[in-house]
Amino acid sequence: MAAATEEGQQHPLSIYIGIWLLLFVFSAASYFVDYLQLQGYLRWNLILIFMMLKAGFIVAIFMHMAWERLALITAILLPPLALLVLIGMMSIEGDYTYLSRAEFFGVDEAPIVEHHHASGH
Amino acid sequence: MAQSTADVVAANDVVTDLVSDWSAEKEVFKVHWGKAMMWIFLLSDTFIFTSFLTGYMKVRISSTVPWPNSSEIFALSFGGDPIPLILIAIMTFVLITSSGTMALAVNYGYRKDRMKSAVLLLVTAGFGLMFVGMQAFEWTKLIVDEGVRPWGNPFGAAQFGASFFMITGFHGLHVSGGVIYLTYVAVGVLNGRYEKKGYDIVEIAGLYWHFVDLVWVFIFAFFYLW
Repeated sequence: MAAATEEGQQHPLSIYIGIWLLLFVFSAASYFVDYLQLQGYLRWNLILIFMMLKAGFIVAIFMHMAWERLALITAILLPPLALLVLIGMMSIEGDYTYLSRAEFFGVDEAPIVEHHHASGH
Repeated sequence: MAQSTADVVAANDVVTDLVSDWSAEKEVFKVHWGKAMMWIFLLSDTFIFTSFLTGYMKVRISSTVPWPNSSEIFALSFGGDPIPLILIAIMTFVLITSSGTMALAVNYGYRKDRMKSAVLLLVTAGFGLMFVGMQAFEWTKLIVDEGVRPWGNPFGAAQFGASFFMITGFHGLHVSGGVIYLTYVAVGVLNGRYEKKGYDIVEIAGLYWHFVDLVWVFIFAFFYLW
């Protein structure tokens, strides 16, 4: 891929229009995951796959990250990895809070195992 | 074989560039300063939105009361049976369409086609307004008709309202701010305000707008579809 020129990012319109159509397709696909009421791991995997594809194309093509120098790419895309630590810790903490509440206050209406999985990870 | 050798050489060049960019005691990011600053702002915004979504994940995992079914809550009926999540789907398509017109506006800006660039910017802002309008409709329906409050709702876990209003509200503010920003840039493009400075401003405004769309991708997946 050619690096950006001094005058800024200039790319053929066809790239943008192609990505645009792809984003429509992925959005429609993720909507139909819900419309068809797919459940369980199939649902969560499909949602995550379509989400990552859409996010990737927006950042890489629409936001031109694919054509930037590595110095900018690493400075912007590496720091958010720290957020994975937060997500991991809060996920563990959430389980702990749930189990404590279930222990001391009981669980309303939903069986523990089923609800716990429905909460998602 | 020759191709893969060329790839290795190219990859080495990229890494050499990375090292020299950071160690040359001069500007690191060889882009318009406004673009570097916008990216750093968007990085900070990433942390804010991820914190919101992580907070939502945490309260949802730890709730002992069933989480409300978003597919049903956000269903809308056009005379017949309610169609699940239909308003949210339309909002998603509106935002993606606006991202497309934005990308084209950036392209025409760099070609110094002021008229097309400005019109596309205004169309983008128009789609943004449409999105905020539908969000206002959605909020009104939830608050007035369904009785959803930040501290409770008739459908299930009380934290649903707090998560919903914080996350979509903060995103809606970003869209509203973006509409103002894009309109300002569009007027400038029309008036030739950037003829001497160059049209990087359109790309920088575009980064912000695409980011707003990007955040919606995650909200759509985690809040509405999960």
